[in-house]
Amino acid sequence: MQGAKCKIEYDEGILIINISGDIDHHSAGSLREEIDTDLYLYRAKTVIMDLGGVDFMDSSGLGLILGRYTKINDLGGRLIIANPDDSVSKILALAGTDKLITIKKSEGANI
Amino acid sequence: MKKELINEMNLRIPALSVNEGYARYAVSSFVAQLDPTLEEIADIRTVVSEAVTNSIIHGYRDKKGEVLISVKYYNDRTVKITVRDRGCGIADIEKAMQPFYTGDPAGERGGMGFTIMSSFTDKMKIRSILNKGTTVTLEKTLHKSIVRG
Repeated sequence: MQGAKCKIEYDEGILIINISGDIDHHSAGSLREEIDTDLYLYRAKTVIMDLGGVDFMDSSGLGLILGRYTKINDLGGRLIIANPDDSVSKILALAGTDKLITIKKSEGANI
Repeated sequence: MKKELINEMNLRIPALSVNEGYARYAVSSFVAQLDPTLEEIADIRTVVSEAVTNSIIHGYRDKKGEVLISVKYYNDRTVKITVRDRGCGIADIEKAMQPFYTGDPAGERGGMGFTIMSSFTDKMKIRSILNKGTTVTLEKTLHKSIVRG
């Protein structure tokens, strides 16, 4: 119920970041470090952040996503958010993130 | 109907980021007595997390301190949550409430804390005195159902 985990895979130009657990201020810092390392390492054209396993997210998670969006753009890539649940979607919509970043709610998020 | 207090809880926790999760789950467990909807319980978890995190990051600036959380619910299904710190206070509340404003740009928190707190509740009140602390009071009336005494 608390803490977050991150599993990152790279395959044919696509970096898939699977996040699970709770994204809050406590967990965001280590997630940020882990993700940024692979963003710079792979410089992928497409980055999919799969939030299907996220149980909770507050504005710290929003900051994490917007920060990665900026970095990925700077590196010439694009970010896709996949599988946010209703409560995560509500926060993304409140901040207008859904107008800035492609969000795929379908299972598997085929690109 | 006269508004009457049904139940209350108080929580005093050290201002440590590891307690953010504990605080939101403790409050949501307490409020679960009212059979809230999944959306209502998610909203409550989120606003508690925002308020407690603000106290830790902005109130105490990651220094030692205590966060005091009080939760009350009434016979009209109103839940009143108060999150209080004795930190540095907020110099300009109006500015702090602006969407995307953040007093901690390096922290990448998005500056949406107060916007989320006010959007996910029915009423938000902020009282702050510089170098004395901040109290955030949030009220949310849950969907109608029978309150179990």
